Amino acid sequence: MEAIFAATLGILTASGVYLLLRARTFPVVLGLTLISYAVNLFLFAMGRLQSGVVTVIGKSSEYADPLPQALVLTAIVIGFAMTAFVVVLALRSVGETQTDHVDGQEPAQ
Amino acid sequence: MNHGLILPILLPMFAGSLLLLGAGLSLRVKRSLSLLATLMLLPLSGYLLWLADQDVLQVYAAGNWAAPFGIILLLDRLSALLLVVTAVLGSFALLYAVRGDDQRGQSFHALFQFQLMGINGAFLTGDLFNLFVFFEILLIASYSLLVHGGGVERVRAGLHYVVLNLVGSAFFLLAVGVLYGITGTLNMADMASRVAAAGPDDAALLGAAGLLLLVVFGLKAAFLPLYFWLPKAYASATAPVAALFAIMTKVGLYSIIRVYTLIFGDDAGSLANMANDWLWPIALLTLALGVIGALAAVSLQGLLAYLVVVSVGTLLAGIAIGTEQALAAALYYLVHSTWVAGGMFLLADLISRQRGDKQGLLVQGPALQNPHLLGGLFFFGAIAVAGLPPLSGFIGKLLLLRSLEPGLQALMLWPVVLGGGLLTLIALSRAGSMLFWRVGLSQLDSAELDYGRLLACAGLLLLSLLLMVGAAPLLSYVEATASQLHDLALYRQIIESGAVR
Repeated sequence: MEAIFAATLGILTASGVYLLLRARTFPVVLGLTLISYAVNLFLFAMGRLQSGVVTVIGKSSEYADPLPQALVLTAIVIGFAMTAFVVVLALRSVGETQTDHVDGQEPAQ
Repeated sequence: MNHGLILPILLPMFAGSLLLLGAGLSLRVKRSLSLLATLMLLPLSGYLLWLADQDVLQVYAAGNWAAPFGIILLLDRLSALLLVVTAVLGSFALLYAVRGDDQRGQSFHALFQFQLMGINGAFLTGDLFNLFVFFEILLIASYSLLVHGGGVERVRAGLHYVVLNLVGSAFFLLAVGVLYGITGTLNMADMASRVAAAGPDDAALLGAAGLLLLVVFGLKAAFLPLYFWLPKAYASATAPVAALFAIMTKVGLYSIIRVYTLIFGDDAGSLANMANDWLWPIALLTLALGVIGALAAVSLQGLLAYLVVVSVGTLLAGIAIGTEQALAAALYYLVHSTWVAGGMFLLADLISRQRGDKQGLLVQGPALQNPHLLGGLFFFGAIAVAGLPPLSGFIGKLLLLRSLEPGLQALMLWPVVLGGGLLTLIALSRAGSMLFWRVGLSQLDSAELDYGRLLACAGLLLLSLLLMVGAAPLLSYVEATASQLHDLALYRQIIESGAVR
């Protein structure tokens, strides 16, 4: 499970970084989203990967760490709000500058 | 448990929420509410400063959950000092804004309150993940405040600022995740003792996480490879917003001091003071490049934004030296540079308003209506910023230079700081002579000086005088702060005794 999980994180992050470097607002927003997925999964894994165990001490011999789950929830909510904001700002930027380049002007050829 | 600790967070939060709910209220009511909430932070933070001066760490356990398990707010001398700095700066910036700048966009007052809430929360929290949450609160408020007033330049700078900080937040979460994964705690004091007790196998991962955090804080503090967003963003922001943003870089610096004296401080074994080796060259290079940027700036606001970078470099140098004496000097300089930078941004706006469409551009423009008054203030501010005697900038720099024994470090620091001061002076005199002396004959009639704005601007700048006259008590306070920060046993007691009541 660890290997698949790690590979997923790696691919998500690599795709996110690639999109981020495209320097157009829409790919950048998508790239940020992918990176935040990878980060959320990473945070989740910091409670160690287990399947089929409850998050309550005493119910069974093994238990999962509930704290990273709470952290991920917080991070998802914040990430969602930030993505919404950056989408609006990107639209505003296109409206004001007539280009979707992140610098607000087309790069010189 | 003293409930006063959480009030600097709750007060702006409720004021901001009320202002959001009452978006339809008359401007007069909104202004009074916002002003009232901000001015109330002054006595409140003054009380907390007095409390912190009793040399006891004040801990507020949210929901009464004992220390390592619940989230705590921690008030020590450092956080109390920064709360006062924020409250003063916020009050003057708001006094300036209510003279008209708050009408240039929507929800200015609500956003301003949320910004204060985030800043105060970041200074007060004793929990690493909670620090992330407050960072996000202050960031999202600052995103909106930055584009307040609209216009192409602000949106352009805003997009860079937002995207960079979103990537920064991702780094923050990665670092916090690794630290939690290894130490199993998020409480900073608890994490400090676990890092100190960590085995050599974990040291590499802990070190990597620690340096990831340094990247995040460096982005906020705007030091060398990470400061390129700052000049554009600060130069294009509305004046009261730019003034308030003078504290934003200090949030990053505060976090650096907090994390690298407590978690990766003297006791952290092989990781002890690991940031200092990185911070030292970064500080000097930031300082040098900031000065070059200031010399090359095309507008007054751009010049001031680069001077913020210069002050970050100076402060970082104080932090990187790592002695209590240098840290105390840096803290004194932090108070000075925040207030004076804020005041200078307000002054730049007052000047720009009398120059018609030339704004703050450093080109020949129409003659000012109040050249002596504004020129006098500019002269005063320039002396303070450049660090000439007798004002507070001089005291701060002198303390910093004197904190080093003669040696290699001094040989590196002295020329950079002193040369930087000289070049800052040249940049400011060049700007001043362009703005006040090389003016055209015409004068704009429509640009009356607003005395409310003038009062807010002059008040903030003249605080430099107060810092000079009251240097002795402030110095003894910051010296006590620096020695408290290095007294790690004190912080460890928070965990050992459970929630302090």
